[in-house]
Amino acid sequence: TLRLICTTTAVQKRNVGASGPEKYTEAFIKKQIEEFNLGKRHLANMMGEDPETFTQEDIDRAIAYLFPSGLFDKQARPLMKHPTEVFPEQRKIQWGEDGRPFHFLFYTGKQSYYSLMHETYEKFLNVQKHQDQLTAQDLPLQKEKRNLAGSRWLTKIELEEMLLEKVSDDDYSRFILLLQKLVALPCADIEEKYIQKFSKEVPVQLQKVVIEPLQHDERGVAFSTGEGKRKTARANAVVYDSGTGKITVNGIDILHYFPVLQDREQLLFPFQFLGRIGKHDMVCTVSGGGRSAQAGAIRLASARALRSFVTEKEVEFMRQAGLLTVDPRVKERKKPGQEGPRRKFTWKKR
Amino acid sequence: DDKLLTEPLSHPDFFSVKELFTLKDLFDARVHLGHKKGCRHRFMEPYIFGCRLDHDIIDLDQTMQHLQLALNFTAHVAYRGGIILFVSRRRQFCHLVESTARACGEYAHTRYWQGGLLTNAHIQFGPGVRLPDLLIFLSTLNNVFEPHVAIRDAAKMNIPTVGVVDTNCNPCLITYPIPGNDDSPAAVELYCRLFRMTIIRAKDKRRQSEAVEELQ
Repeated sequence: TLRLICTTTAVQKRNVGASGPEKYTEAFIKKQIEEFNLGKRHLANMMGEDPETFTQEDIDRAIAYLFPSGLFDKQARPLMKHPTEVFPEQRKIQWGEDGRPFHFLFYTGKQSYYSLMHETYEKFLNVQKHQDQLTAQDLPLQKEKRNLAGSRWLTKIELEEMLLEKVSDDDYSRFILLLQKLVALPCADIEEKYIQKFSKEVPVQLQKVVIEPLQHDERGVAFSTGEGKRKTARANAVVYDSGTGKITVNGIDILHYFPVLQDREQLLFPFQFLGRIGKHDMVCTVSGGGRSAQAGAIRLASARALRSFVTEKEVEFMRQAGLLTVDPRVKERKKPGQEGPRRKFTWKKR
Repeated sequence: DDKLLTEPLSHPDFFSVKELFTLKDLFDARVHLGHKKGCRHRFMEPYIFGCRLDHDIIDLDQTMQHLQLALNFTAHVAYRGGIILFVSRRRQFCHLVESTARACGEYAHTRYWQGGLLTNAHIQFGPGVRLPDLLIFLSTLNNVFEPHVAIRDAAKMNIPTVGVVDTNCNPCLITYPIPGNDDSPAAVELYCRLFRMTIIRAKDKRRQSEAVEELQ
């Protein structure tokens, strides 16, 4: 069979997209930095300012003044930044003039990842050797437990950023397994600095809810405040420790503010639950929402205020009764193509 | 410059490679131990001295000759500033081989071999790559006990190969096979030491000759 040698020009056309994103040489970046510095001085001169103390903010202001643009997208407007921020960080050419690559693992393809594995394994062997020396001298191996709860390993994306090359899922999991093996050894404290490069602190999320202590006003009466919300209503309640069970909302008595029995029941529920109906006075302010939402908001605010008057066990009872939980239900949005949040348009067969 | 390159070729053993090892060294490093009779490869039969209780023993006289030729060849390649790539797919010796390569100033590949590394280099690495001028195999088999893909690729790209072939390996496509054990740590450490010494010797000699030339 004859092989077709002279082909059409369409086949010979160089596939520009296949070579990947544009690669910048070091000389090109250097030139861009020089041009940027020169341009900065020219700009300072033009604006009548001192070229030595011309900061990036001044540059942005000057450019916005000289080239006003009404474009919506901020990134489409004229921009003058340092070339290191404009051109993404790239791998420079990996070999010298005579063609010899710089890194000894260049021919593997993933040189930074494999050199990282090589280094980590070397640390592992070091720790094992140290352990053997200690056992030969019959010394006890140190075992200080590393705090595993407060730290996490680097994520795959962070590792990729560190190595400047793509890391596959298998490679990443292998690296993490190797690090875990290293940490599991008794004498791993020697390589603590190296391990810290790959672990990050995780802030402790669970925080014990602090119950505020009672405050005293001018007359010596103990009181405490609480905030609550429900749908769009926001309420602030102040609960006093004195005698009668008087409740005032926005300066108006509850009988007049909440004519409906259901709302007043909601307000009194925290007190009824704790059995302190006639013992506390309450003054609260509420805004937003509707009648039921305002009632729910005040209920939550008063329950939160009552925590300061009550033992921890009763606080736990209140929490289990649902008095201290914020009600997350809000009005669901209407979707296009439907009549309401869930209701669809009437389906017509024809 | 011409004299620098042609002078070593006139001597049979310019780098005096024979002094680096003796038969006793090879025996102590257990290089003569092969695999069992069932694992024997047909093309390794000329290199096998005999079989004792189903265990193959490699002929160390032949190994000496092959090793000397191979070391001489690597020394010449290193003298001319060629790129040497150490290849081994054995997990036990991966770290050792990489450290040897680093100590010599040469390159190593002891990880998973991606298909187009040698044959598709211009696309994988970028235009203008220089391919290795010599491949050294510390173990010709990969993790599934099949011949390493790099042997075939090097033969395709006309790159000479030096390889340690055990009794279950195929010595066909390797230019300078070295029949010997590739499983014992002692044997592999011996090979690493020998290659490292030859390469460092050759590079030192090159620097000396260049210095002498510059003085003249």
